[in-house]
Amino acid sequence: MTTVYTLRIDGRDVAGSEDATVLDVARENGIDIPTLCHLDGITDRGACRLCMVEITGSNKLTPACMTKIVEGMEVTAHSDRLLEYRRAITEMLFVERNHICAVCVANNHCELQDTAEELGLTHFDLPRISPKVDIDASHRLFSIDHNRCILCLRCVRVCDEIEGAHTWDIMHRGLDTRVQTDMGIPWGESTTCTSCGKCVQVCPTGALFEKGRAVARGSKTRRPFLPWMKVVAEERGL
Amino acid sequence: MTRTIVIDPVTRIEGHSKVTIQLDDRGEVVDAHFHVTQFRGFERITQGRPVHEMPALMARICGICPVSHLVASAKAVDDILAVEPPPTGADLRRIVNLGQIVQSNALSFFHLSSPDLLFGFDADPAVRNILGVARHSPELARDGIALRKWGQQIIEWLAGKRIHPEGIVPGGMATPLTADVRDRILAGVPEAIAAVERAIAWFKSDMLRWEDEAATFGNFRSAFMGLVDRDGNVDHYGGWLRVVDADGKYLADKLDPRLFNDYIGEAVEPWSYLKSTYWKPMGYPDGIYRVGPLARVNVADRMGTPRADEELEKFRWRVGRVAGSSFHYHYARLIDTLHCVEKIEQLLRGPDILSKHVRSFAEINRNEGIGVSEAPRGTLMHHYKVDDDGIVEWVNLIIATGHNNMAMNRSVLQVARSHIKGDTITEPMLNRVEAVIRCYDPCLSCSTHALGEMALRIQLLGPDGTVLHELAR
Repeated sequence: MTTVYTLRIDGRDVAGSEDATVLDVARENGIDIPTLCHLDGITDRGACRLCMVEITGSNKLTPACMTKIVEGMEVTAHSDRLLEYRRAITEMLFVERNHICAVCVANNHCELQDTAEELGLTHFDLPRISPKVDIDASHRLFSIDHNRCILCLRCVRVCDEIEGAHTWDIMHRGLDTRVQTDMGIPWGESTTCTSCGKCVQVCPTGALFEKGRAVARGSKTRRPFLPWMKVVAEERGL
Repeated sequence: MTRTIVIDPVTRIEGHSKVTIQLDDRGEVVDAHFHVTQFRGFERITQGRPVHEMPALMARICGICPVSHLVASAKAVDDILAVEPPPTGADLRRIVNLGQIVQSNALSFFHLSSPDLLFGFDADPAVRNILGVARHSPELARDGIALRKWGQQIIEWLAGKRIHPEGIVPGGMATPLTADVRDRILAGVPEAIAAVERAIAWFKSDMLRWEDEAATFGNFRSAFMGLVDRDGNVDHYGGWLRVVDADGKYLADKLDPRLFNDYIGEAVEPWSYLKSTYWKPMGYPDGIYRVGPLARVNVADRMGTPRADEELEKFRWRVGRVAGSSFHYHYARLIDTLHCVEKIEQLLRGPDILSKHVRSFAEINRNEGIGVSEAPRGTLMHHYKVDDDGIVEWVNLIIATGHNNMAMNRSVLQVARSHIKGDTITEPMLNRVEAVIRCYDPCLSCSTHALGEMALRIQLLGPDGTVLHELAR
């Protein structure tokens, strides 16, 4: 039998089953915690750090998506300090690579853009790094523009857990970190990619897109999740 | 001794252009240069981008003429994909392009040039602007604003938004036309035609007043280049290149625009960021030619629409078969605008204009593509090279203002020669240098168009290169 825990988030009394995360319970109760890497149906990774919350009794910030609830937990999901951190994290995502919204396939359909707007990020104080970053357009159907990748790793997880191909993975470290296909070979030469397009569907920005898409209205419309993805995940007990 | 005289009122001053006039020992003008001092770098910054992004990137070159770049760029990408847009897609592109030309021509004539023509080149700059026009001749100002609005609305309704629209895509259009939008545009046609015809009537009635100006405003022999269709009518979207000399003799006809590199060379001068193009068979700098509305009416046999053809005939009675003076750009621009309005109506009444099939799809089929179309200011050429994956490796753009660069320099020289008295720059001369540059409607006048004044600096140089006199505006 599932045990139900009760806890407080932002002063509200809420409850959830023992295997739920703080993020799950918050969302079930209409408490919005921003995140860019979480996606219902695939395992959480804690990659984007936007869902950091304060837990009474701990002096560290904790990612809500990776933290299982416990009885009597007191969570602060919104505070001035958290807003400042979330804004800083989003700003760093923008300045780390080259995000030019006006000519992006995901313009107006971009989770990074939406998050910036929700958090009130109106300008950048940090200097842009403006790295020279490649585009891999070798695949017949899709392209990846690493300029727009925020390393949420949704593509890596969906490819591994749902499609079962594990074409995507990550390579290098720090600022040089990149998602890669088949041990770093061009996507078009990958022998494991099934061209299913799930990675393109789940990408929160315009990094992964269908080839030949121009920057026209709604060219990369957002499909927030693939409904069956959650069903499959539940069937597999993920 | 160097002196700087500041002219008031000054509206916007940004260092976009500079004119230097060189004097010899006797104080005679020997040379004049029109320097474009801004650098953009679009040919470099687009390298490494997927070619499908090019139309949207290229539209960012200009806020006044984004559609022109969008069209030329989309055509270049069509060439790389080796596809033809479906006929309706091509017609919709034509309509957006014509709407763009209407609004830009209206801006040039009514907002920028009509103050000079209404009040005279030597009138007080405080009056000689669009607000002065609105006070003196409200109907003229209203016509200009209404025409511009109509053109802008066409762009917005068909391509998404007025500035940097995205509806023109490689292979055709992003969305088909609806009957509602077609009818809304058509409803504005009679008033648009009436507005252009009123402007033409006014211009003709006042033309004789400018005979002296026309004689020295870039009045010289040169070739002209423009696109024409298979019947010799003006074609703003496709067709073939025709080049005629000062007597109207064909230097070339039915040239495939994709082969323009064989015929057009580009020269770089150390004093300007703007390249000078020339007609290769005649070499540099003899191969001087002009593009834009004046060139279009000079190269074409006819405009191809009834009212515009009637006006073209009258134009030719007045100024000859091939008009040599750049002053006539204004007149030609009005006829060009009239043609665009009529052509928009013709295309909108086409039987298949509401077809849903407006876009062709293809993969990268060529590594090189060229797109050529007529922008408001003249023939626009986009040339791209891509790798097998469609990543841009090399870009070259030839913009109308580049084609006209040599002609603008020569025009400034001519005006300087007729107006320089001694070693100072006089107000009448400054006004006319501005006005002659404005005839060509180069992009810099757009970027600083506020109240009809350009950001302009003129220097008078002695034989040893010392600055004798300088005026800033």
